Amino acid sequence: MIVEAFVGNVPENAGFGAPPGGTNTPAKVISHMRDLEYDAVVIGAGAAGMAAALRVHAAGFRVAIVDREDHLGGILLQCIHNGFGLHWFKEELTGPEFAERLAAQVREAGIDVYLNTTVMDLVADNGMKSLIACSAEHGVLSFAARAIVLAMGCRERNRGNIGIPGSRPAGVFTAGLAQRLINIDGYAPGKRVVIIGSGDIGLIMARRLSWVGAKVLAVIEILPHPSGLTRNIVQCLHDFDIPLYLSHIVSRIAGQDRVEAVEVTPLENGTPNPAKTFRLECDTVLLSVGLIPENELSKKAGVQLGHDTGGPRVDAHLMTSVDGVFACGNVLHVHDLVDFVADESSRCGGNVAAYLGAGLSAGGQGRVQAGPNVKYVVPHAYVPGQDTQFSLRAMIVKKRGTLQVKRAGVVIKRKTLQHIKPAEMIYFKMKGTELGPAGPDPAPIEISVE
Amino acid sequence: MEHEIICLGCPNGCHLLCTSKPGGAVDVTGNTCDRGADYGREELLEPKRTVTAVVRTDSPRVPWISVKTTRPLAKPLIPELLEELYRATAALPARRGDRFIENFRNTGVDVVFTRTASLEEAT
Repeated sequence: MIVEAFVGNVPENAGFGAPPGGTNTPAKVISHMRDLEYDAVVIGAGAAGMAAALRVHAAGFRVAIVDREDHLGGILLQCIHNGFGLHWFKEELTGPEFAERLAAQVREAGIDVYLNTTVMDLVADNGMKSLIACSAEHGVLSFAARAIVLAMGCRERNRGNIGIPGSRPAGVFTAGLAQRLINIDGYAPGKRVVIIGSGDIGLIMARRLSWVGAKVLAVIEILPHPSGLTRNIVQCLHDFDIPLYLSHIVSRIAGQDRVEAVEVTPLENGTPNPAKTFRLECDTVLLSVGLIPENELSKKAGVQLGHDTGGPRVDAHLMTSVDGVFACGNVLHVHDLVDFVADESSRCGGNVAAYLGAGLSAGGQGRVQAGPNVKYVVPHAYVPGQDTQFSLRAMIVKKRGTLQVKRAGVVIKRKTLQHIKPAEMIYFKMKGTELGPAGPDPAPIEISVE
Repeated sequence: MEHEIICLGCPNGCHLLCTSKPGGAVDVTGNTCDRGADYGREELLEPKRTVTAVVRTDSPRVPWISVKTTRPLAKPLIPELLEELYRATAALPARRGDRFIENFRNTGVDVVFTRTASLEEAT
């Protein structure tokens, strides 16, 4: 049996968050704070932080990366499946391979990296920013920098966020936590599993759990369409004959000490029909119900957040409402592909270098607005005459749809898209000339899909 | 007989229409590249998947290390491969790309490490 082969003989010290040697040593008594100065400090050593730092470094500035984890690469290390890298490295890679490629570049560049180091506070007045961090190895560190890059990534929505009724037994995990337990720590979280939400992480975990011998009974999706990529529906669900219930909700989690069952109710015209509720006996529930940007430090720095993305609002240079504080990757908005994270973050690093050097283009910026059927567009502003890469999230499912950009009510760009779906971020570029001539007070543009 | 297959060759996920002909030939339409035609043919005749997993190591520092098949493996062989991987122990240090299993069941498919794990410092 696969499952016995997998869970047998877990090393005793393979527990959650198995630390590297450094953090096992007793903490030293800290008697003073070390002062450090850089041109820029990047918070987060995932794909976003590394790609941004590499670009700042390449422009000749002193940059440091700070991360609370013990490794470079962030969440990629636990994403052991393939499908990454086709855009950025022109090669299909797994998560750990993508992370290591970037990490090798960071090491080769000689960028200062502070691991196992948690940023406690970020004070960003105009001019110098100061950042307080601490770690067992370095003690308390005080960084001063002219620019800060927020690259902390995102966190998972959990049971509290969606409010599932029922008891509170053990055995309810977010999909990403289950992924970590299996792929880093070597524990199978359960044997009979129901997955709530059809996001990509949940689908990937359906396959992963099947491959460690667990039985995945069903994936329950509240929306009438899947939230994940079609290819993941095929290779993670169809391959294992796992049913996907669209327009269904989990109406109750039952169990005393451990999950014993879930009750599933279909939605009819948007309303649950309790008469058709059915029960699935299981010992584990996984939640794949969305990600939200990690905003704690952004809030401390006084950065303005957007309701549309859940992350910081940024201008055409990916700079937040606080001068000299930039944001990129999943802390800015949740991406589906790490390749786009790397691309956006590298561009952000380029803007940081411009800010530190010759200065960012001073031209007036116009607002970018999400039009009909669009949840959000990033960045939230544009500079006429300047090439701009837009990311947007649609709210509709459509084959052969149209993307449209209007400026002061006039259509300035139309583009046919083969597939429009909320699960797949739309990533498109506009030439500076398409965005109109530079001027002091540019008109807002509105981007829509239909 | 006609089969509708979603291509897994890349994230585009083209809808392929595959028709098997007498003598083992397969007609593929709906593909937007040559890889799609190959994928459709193979999916009908002998479906294969790239397998990723983790393997136990001999070091508590990195207790499990991630691996992948170098090429897609025939689906019926996947459970066998997984059992073999979960019963095995990898000796550290290991480097990304190092071979862990060579030519599994004479398929020409290798299993390689997808990360580097040294004994001195965490990666």
